[in-house]
Amino acid sequence: MVKASGKRKQRIKWSKLYTFSCLNPRTTDNDAPNQQLLGQPGFSRVVFCNQPELHKIKPQKYPSNYVSTTKYNFMTFLPRALFEQFRRVANLYFLLGAALSIPKLAPFSPASMITPLVFVVGISMLKEAIEDWSRFLQDMDVNSRKVKVHSRNGSFVEKTWKELSVGDVVKVNKNENFPSDLLLLSSSYEDGVCYVETMNLDGETNLKLKRSLEATLSLDDDVEYTKFQATIHCEDPNPNLYSFVGNLEFNNGTYPLSPTQILLRDSKLRNTEYVYGVVIFSGPDAKAVRNSTRSPSKRSRVERRLDYLIYVLFLLLVMISVVNSIGSALVLKSEAAMWWYLRLQENADSPLNPSKPVTSFFLQFVRSLILYGYLIPISLYVSIEVVKVLQAMLINKDMRMYDELSGKAVEARTSNINEELGQVEMILSDKTGTLTCNQMEFRKCSIEGISYGGEINEVDLAASRRMNVDVERYRISIDGSDSTGESIEMFEYSVAEADAKQAVLGCDHAIENSDIEHRRIPASGKEPNIKGFNFRDDRLMDKMWIHGSNVHDMIMFFRVMALCHTGIPVEDGNSKRLKYEAESPEEVTFLIAAQEFGFKFCQRTQSVMFLQELEPSSGIEVKREYKLLNLLEFNSARKRMSVIVSNEAGEIFLFCKGADNIIFDRLADNGRIYQQATTAHLSNYAEDGLRTMLFAYKKIEVVEYESWNTLFTKAKATVGTEREELLEHASEMIEKYLFLLGAVAVEDKLQKGVPECIDKLAQAGLKIWLLTGDKRETAMNIGFACSLLRHDMKQFHLVLSKEAESIVCLCLAFQAVEEDILSQIRNSYQEIVKGNKKDVPSALIVDGKAMEVALRSEISNQFLQLAVMCDSVICCRVSPKQKALIARLVKEYTGKTTLAIGDGANDVGMIQEADIGVGISGMEGMQAVMASDFSLPQFYFLERLLIVHGHWCYKRISKMILYFMYKNVAFGLTLFYNEIYSNFSGDDLYDDWYMVLFNVLLTSLPVIALGVLEQDVSADVCLQFPALYQQGQRNICFSWKRIFGWILNATLSSVAIFTVTIYIFSPAALRQDGKVADLAHIGTIMYTCVIWTVNCQIALIVTHFTWITHVLIWGSILCWYIFLVLYGMLPPEHSQGGFHILIEAIGTAPMYWIVTFLVVVVTLLPYFIFSIIQRSFYPMDDQVIQEIKYGRTDVSNKPMWLREQQNSRKRTQIGFSARVDAKIRHLKERLRRTKK
Amino acid sequence: MEGDGESVSSSASTALVAADVDARSILVLRGGRSKAMYQFTQQSLPACKPVLTPTSVISTLFLMGIFCIPIGLLSLHASLSVVEIVERYDSECVPHQFRLNKVAYIKDSLIPKNCSRYLKVPKYMKAPIYIYYQLDNYYQNHRRYVKSRSDKQLRYGLQYNDTSSCIPEESNDGLPIVPCGLISWSLFNDTYSFFRGTDELRINRKNIAWKSDRDHKFGKHVFPFNFQNGTLIGGAMLDPNVPLSDQEDLIVWMRTAALPSFRKLYGKIEEDLEANDVISIYFLNNYNTYSFGGRKKLVLSTASWLGGRNNFLGMAYIAIGSCLIVLALVFILLHVKNPRIIIT
Repeated sequence: MVKASGKRKQRIKWSKLYTFSCLNPRTTDNDAPNQQLLGQPGFSRVVFCNQPELHKIKPQKYPSNYVSTTKYNFMTFLPRALFEQFRRVANLYFLLGAALSIPKLAPFSPASMITPLVFVVGISMLKEAIEDWSRFLQDMDVNSRKVKVHSRNGSFVEKTWKELSVGDVVKVNKNENFPSDLLLLSSSYEDGVCYVETMNLDGETNLKLKRSLEATLSLDDDVEYTKFQATIHCEDPNPNLYSFVGNLEFNNGTYPLSPTQILLRDSKLRNTEYVYGVVIFSGPDAKAVRNSTRSPSKRSRVERRLDYLIYVLFLLLVMISVVNSIGSALVLKSEAAMWWYLRLQENADSPLNPSKPVTSFFLQFVRSLILYGYLIPISLYVSIEVVKVLQAMLINKDMRMYDELSGKAVEARTSNINEELGQVEMILSDKTGTLTCNQMEFRKCSIEGISYGGEINEVDLAASRRMNVDVERYRISIDGSDSTGESIEMFEYSVAEADAKQAVLGCDHAIENSDIEHRRIPASGKEPNIKGFNFRDDRLMDKMWIHGSNVHDMIMFFRVMALCHTGIPVEDGNSKRLKYEAESPEEVTFLIAAQEFGFKFCQRTQSVMFLQELEPSSGIEVKREYKLLNLLEFNSARKRMSVIVSNEAGEIFLFCKGADNIIFDRLADNGRIYQQATTAHLSNYAEDGLRTMLFAYKKIEVVEYESWNTLFTKAKATVGTEREELLEHASEMIEKYLFLLGAVAVEDKLQKGVPECIDKLAQAGLKIWLLTGDKRETAMNIGFACSLLRHDMKQFHLVLSKEAESIVCLCLAFQAVEEDILSQIRNSYQEIVKGNKKDVPSALIVDGKAMEVALRSEISNQFLQLAVMCDSVICCRVSPKQKALIARLVKEYTGKTTLAIGDGANDVGMIQEADIGVGISGMEGMQAVMASDFSLPQFYFLERLLIVHGHWCYKRISKMILYFMYKNVAFGLTLFYNEIYSNFSGDDLYDDWYMVLFNVLLTSLPVIALGVLEQDVSADVCLQFPALYQQGQRNICFSWKRIFGWILNATLSSVAIFTVTIYIFSPAALRQDGKVADLAHIGTIMYTCVIWTVNCQIALIVTHFTWITHVLIWGSILCWYIFLVLYGMLPPEHSQGGFHILIEAIGTAPMYWIVTFLVVVVTLLPYFIFSIIQRSFYPMDDQVIQEIKYGRTDVSNKPMWLREQQNSRKRTQIGFSARVDAKIRHLKERLRRTKK
Repeated sequence: MEGDGESVSSSASTALVAADVDARSILVLRGGRSKAMYQFTQQSLPACKPVLTPTSVISTLFLMGIFCIPIGLLSLHASLSVVEIVERYDSECVPHQFRLNKVAYIKDSLIPKNCSRYLKVPKYMKAPIYIYYQLDNYYQNHRRYVKSRSDKQLRYGLQYNDTSSCIPEESNDGLPIVPCGLISWSLFNDTYSFFRGTDELRINRKNIAWKSDRDHKFGKHVFPFNFQNGTLIGGAMLDPNVPLSDQEDLIVWMRTAALPSFRKLYGKIEEDLEANDVISIYFLNNYNTYSFGGRKKLVLSTASWLGGRNNFLGMAYIAIGSCLIVLALVFILLHVKNPRIIIT
């Protein structure tokens, strides 16, 4: 099948068909100066084509085609990974502690210091290893792809990519990727062209044309390569994708090479059966590989602040250690000599030698650092790692983020930055493949001034409904008057319309209900059964148009649709319908639509096009033949395309399609009958984000045509610079006095749920920037479709003038260009500042070229200042590098958390550069996903990922860290107070085992429960109240105020625990039998109090108790008693002071239990009172909602609940609801005017 | 094919999709455990979400307050029922001529250390009456002191010869010391005897140590060896014919105290003492606390169910309890004045 269609295509000669291809820039003109560079440093590469064996030996030995993206290999893993680990300050500190514990200086055994360190470092290294392994597997996958390589005597054998070497001749088939950078020798087309998809390089989906040298055209068969030999001299490997300097020595001739002959790795052969090429740059030398950057390791904002928190704690640690060691030294110096029972003089090497107070000071200092090491717990890092992994697992398993189509779920590829998801303020989004499906659909058309295909859009509908609600409320409050009649009518009208158009807008009711339930309906409504055709109007469909009044113009409209294009039909298996292939996806949709309306374009030869037309009079289909006389191609300057055809009767027609202003300028006076109506429709379509195009035609007299054709042919035959000009002139002559037929609107189909998702994100206070490689018009269309743009927005365009553009290209006279841009920026800024007072929304649209200038360091600040002020920013024609640059600058300039989302290899830079990189999986390319931190199968999952999971993760991690710090400070300080009572001798109050178990068993699990299970509010509420998300953006859960509050709380708790225990248990008897408590007893009692306190404290923090939470919290306390019993049962040489301690001693003392209770009450009271006061008088959003939910007020008082939701939305200028709001304002304005 | 699939799911409303997903997944994961697993992964485990509403806060405070005050009263009552006599004797027991140089006095083994004092019993004291000695400013919790012992040696005697932890009281003349270490070396060696009138009050000095210590930690067949034979004599001597498990003074002393001021049980008087009884005490004031300014006290105390005399516990409970009730009242007032309404 494929083969057959391929052959036919070959017959047609694509290259001739696409006449516009000749307009692609030819570099031959300015090759000359570059050629001189060859042989110079930087341009010294020599490639012997078809002689790869010459490249196996020096000096022309080049790397193999093996590409590695791994960070480590087997040899370097251990040293490098260890180095990475100990670059973290905390790890280094722990290492120091462990090292010091070996010479008995530390109060703890070496094992208890080293084991956790090994554990933490081991886990992190294991994670690194696993990640690197998956990269390795990915590499293996790529490296072992197969390609056909010439072996000898014209036979081609399959080899893996990695076996390729420079100089190999390869044959690449249709839809295959190029294994390395190739020089195109010939293709399946006679003229040596081929089409290349470079989506992975620049994100552009349109095909690029590559053309081989004339000299190598003959090498179009396997056998031709038996004797083929040539030499290439060219530039050295570099990352520049769009340049290439070199020449080819072949058959005693030297031919200059240009980028047109170079096929880059990571791009794909399209619409061409096969090409032959020779490998120039292999493996790591390939331009695409040189362009890739290693993924940086990212750290979240919370974690960075945690570093500072660690510094604060370290300071505290150093402070109390200094106090301790000073105290120790002073005591030793002044008193210790008198303590005969210690016999301190007798051991000279001890840190407690009274004759050497200075040495003693330092040694005691080191010992204290380790003793109070509980302030900086190594287990904090372990717990964070564990919690993050579990959080990532929960994100991955969320069924609400599972895409059934692709069978893929959201994947948290790195768990490091889960909580960062809750703090995002900026989203930088790619367009194609991310917001849009890269699929066009025929949506609406306006023929003879009548619009078909549904006139009401969802915005109008929602607005009128909301209006009605508003109006009703209004009427009730102001004693009904009839003033609102109009809007009611309007509402009723739209409802009636909507019912009629149910089929089109199948989702309107769902949208209405969106306030109450979370919806997931794509804006495009019902899915078409035909790909590319989402249109339903009974007046046109099923041949109904033949009953219309002015059938003639309608036929002409359809003929334009079916004839004015460059496509060709492709048979589609058993289906009756044809499929089409064309240069632009829009043309395909036109052809499909024409087929649906009864004008099937069924065949094309070099000069004849065949249509199967519906004859309106008879209602049967007739096959007609149109001779294609001329084709006036489309390009970005002309913005129109025309064909001149003659029908069977010999009548000559010009069919033209093009952009609105271009066509309107070229209409005949009698051709403007429908202009007014069409204009109105156009603006409606554009507002909905549809891409529009006008259709016009005219009949040409044969004589007129003949005379024009001679002119045109002459122009075409001209060689030289004036050719373009002449052609342009010729087409101008014929493309005028047109008759307007109507307009079509095509939708660049959005991904599922995109508008709703953007709406929600906007309400949550996120800014969305659109960065796309597409041209401005397309980008703006999508802007409208996603509600990022509105017509009542003030648009600022930042563009370079044509001349400036050329200047930039030639790298000359930046000054002037820069000033131009700067003045544009300044003017826009002034206007925005003015506009902001009047609350005028604004949008900034920046062109890639202008962006390049604007991002220069000198003026980038002004540019960013402007951009940040605007409600939405759209950057078009930006290169992958610029995307990355924008991501970096925005991140640095605003200091806000930035999320970049994209799907293609061109987004990789941006994804890596942003704080969070999100890749869309499910598309073909995996590069974006590989580089990303999170991968989503659908864009709209971003909403749940951020607003639900991000919010939760942020709150969980912050709460967890604060609590962790609390428990360790509270615990660690009791050790310090004990030092004051034991003469700073460095003794620990607690048994070694208690100390070890504190962070391992007795308090660690509830923290993990907090970090994994805590929910301040449920997922639904998170989505209903997007404003809750702003808690993360403002970072209120991990502010310094909170951190110090918790440190204060911890200090209070520790003081309470220590003083209460000490004062009660000493010195009087513990029990009725007169026995007193010794060190071990008091240590155990105090430790019990600590365990109770910290575990009850966490119970006060947790707001969401699942059974797991309960089990872990209360189980931890129980664990302590169980441990005590078991520990006490060990032989005394192991349990030491703990022997039978609970059963025999403290457990039998009522005082023990009474004191425990007292301590818990006393320690928790400050926090309890604080939180009551805070809750009652300064409640936070989530607490209010918790209260409403708790009292079930959301059920009993629904209006209040809905009102609260409304209020919680951030006022935004972008998104669907903002559009509805704007519409309502507009309607109200009109209402007021009509009333007057 | 992508389009076809989408048409299925997108036509259904959200709720339906969600329900679909739920139902299907539950079907896939059958059984109770799987259901719990499903709820866990979907983060929809049933949960109790307590909220600090005014009512719950006020009632919690009240209840706690009401709970605390009786405990406080009971504790205070128990504490007040304890009769405690504290007699400091360290300075009084130094003869006048040595008052200026107590250290010389205590170090001179030739000077007799006898001393006697009289006590008047303020209140009826019910047997058993516990006799404690109390040392102040004595750092038994000093790191060097605490570590200077060998539990294994105490249990197994000379069989166990790794006594490095006992430094500096490890061995003498090349022979190991049993019990080794600073703690035992510095054993307290004051003795007391009590007379009511002329009758000696019998002091029961058995069972003053923890039973587990006697049974498990101090060997029944371990006898003191080479103890206090060095040039430096610390505290008491031990009878080398009595096994360690019966040396209860030592066992008590080896339980190091947590604070520099501590009491240790000396014995029990198993006779009731009437109010206004005069008791004469004969001390052997051997123990040197004078070099470091420590104080020695003799304490006679009865015990309640709660232990010795300690008003702090009861007072603290009462204070906290009243504090909670006051807070509850304050919050009631605030709540009445300023009732909580959801801001609209």
